[in-house]
Amino acid sequence: MSAVIQIENVDKWYNPAVQVLRNVSLTVSRGEVVVVCGPSGSGKSTLIKCVNALEPIQHGRIVVDGEDLGGKGVNLPRLRARVGMVFQHFELFPHMRVLDNLCLAQCKVLGRSRQEAESRALVLLDRVGLTAHAAKFPGQLSGGQQQRVAIARALAMDPVVMLFDEATSALDPEMVSEVLDVMVGLAQSGMTMMVVTHEMGFAGKVANRVVFMDQGEVVEDAPSKQFFEGAGSERARQFLSKILTY
Amino acid sequence: MGYHWNWGIFWEQSPEGTGTYFDMLVQGLETTLVTAALAWLIAFVVGSVVGVLRTLPGRVAPAIATCWIELFRNMPLLVQLFLWYFVVPDLLPGPWGVWLKQLPNAPFITAVLGIGFFMSARVAVQVASGVEALPRGQRAAATALGLTGPQTYRYVLLPMAYRIILPPLTSELLNTIKNTSVALTIGLAELTARARAVQEFSFQVFEAFTAATLAYLVVNLIATLAARWLEDRVRVPGFGKP
Ligand SMILES: Nc1ncnc2c1ncn2[C@@H]1O[C@H](COP(=O)(O)OP(=O)(O)OP(=O)(O)O)[C@@H](O)[C@H]1O
Ligand SMILES: [Mg+2]
Repeated sequence: MSAVIQIENVDKWYNPAVQVLRNVSLTVSRGEVVVVCGPSGSGKSTLIKCVNALEPIQHGRIVVDGEDLGGKGVNLPRLRARVGMVFQHFELFPHMRVLDNLCLAQCKVLGRSRQEAESRALVLLDRVGLTAHAAKFPGQLSGGQQQRVAIARALAMDPVVMLFDEATSALDPEMVSEVLDVMVGLAQSGMTMMVVTHEMGFAGKVANRVVFMDQGEVVEDAPSKQFFEGAGSERARQFLSKILTY
Repeated sequence: MGYHWNWGIFWEQSPEGTGTYFDMLVQGLETTLVTAALAWLIAFVVGSVVGVLRTLPGRVAPAIATCWIELFRNMPLLVQLFLWYFVVPDLLPGPWGVWLKQLPNAPFITAVLGIGFFMSARVAVQVASGVEALPRGQRAAATALGLTGPQTYRYVLLPMAYRIILPPLTSELLNTIKNTSVALTIGLAELTARARAVQEFSFQVFEAFTAATLAYLVVNLIATLAARWLEDRVRVPGFGKP
């Protein structure tokens, strides 16, 4: 069984009046990079939060790494520790040095010794090119550097899959590529990734599939080459022409 | 006005036979400090717990917190002390009430608990507002890393929340110190009560209350400076004020 994320017929409401996910089904297999795009408000962030059980679902099923999120007796903190998540606004812990940001969950959740955690953290900081900043506080770093730290923090948990929610859209333009470079490197190393982004260059480069969402529905789910050569649906074509023309 | 100033009064023996008038004030100050410190401890601990409850997901915990806060915040402190001192012992089952009334230091215990609970409501409001001032993504990020609810508060939310609310928390500490004077109404021999006693024995009202005022000023100044020092010590580089 190679599916890392299995989303089956998921419905979600934030309140009884507004349905934000409608019968969403989606599978992400091991080693696959799936890009999720769609207009603002289409439910991309909500979907990604549901995969980490940060938001409950009202109908359907989400299975992550073989465990049903809604299953009886499922240890959610343990399961979440195996799913790395990167946020639009980084969400580093501002009162902790970079190194401590990377060590906290390793020690408290995985039970690693401080020494183990630190050596793992340093390997990952090296990988994102920030070893020299290990002793700094997040507020002393640029946005791009902070987001790379956030990626390293998620990787330090040795996740089976990484979720990205518009990881570059809060960055100044000149910092976007340093973060995308890290993400591309990660994809090429074989990491399973579900990436919400409007960076179609990234999608074209490394995505195996592109999923297009609109109004809470998966409108299109196609291999990326096919998606870019001619999206099947009118809505997806319109969306693509809007974000690609400017 | 024919007031006869006599600053030397403090070195005269008081009719209580326990030392000079100065000693009386010093004992009062000690009582004030001990009462304030213990009341603040209760206010801080209980207030933090209630403040956290107020920010938990779901409905039950925040509702409980809101009840606590509204109950203790909306009744004047004087009324609360009277209730604790005069009414609660009568409401307790027989032997318990008697035991409570006969405690040798009942005014002290009542003052510590009464002021502590009163101030806990105010601390709770500050703690909750500190947690709510943090970006919502902080809780999500901690949860996503696999931290449990208590770990999220302990390592991620509260350390920043306390930093944010340090200035208002300092003024609540000063309020706690000043509020101890209300306990003279239930017979606690704190600083204001002792200043009044000095005045009643010696008729040197201005000297007695000038000394008490200075003592409050110095104590509050020290508390303020200590808080300032703490603020500097825990300041996060690159966050907020440089
Ligand atoms: N916590 C919430 N409570 C109520 N409604 C919400 C909440 N979060 C999101 N929504 C609504 O759900 C819908 C989907 O939101 P979501 O954030 O998932 O969209 P998105 O595709 O990520 O959009 P964007 O591109 O702007 O990030 C929107 O209509 C939004 O207003
Ligand atoms: Mg979003």
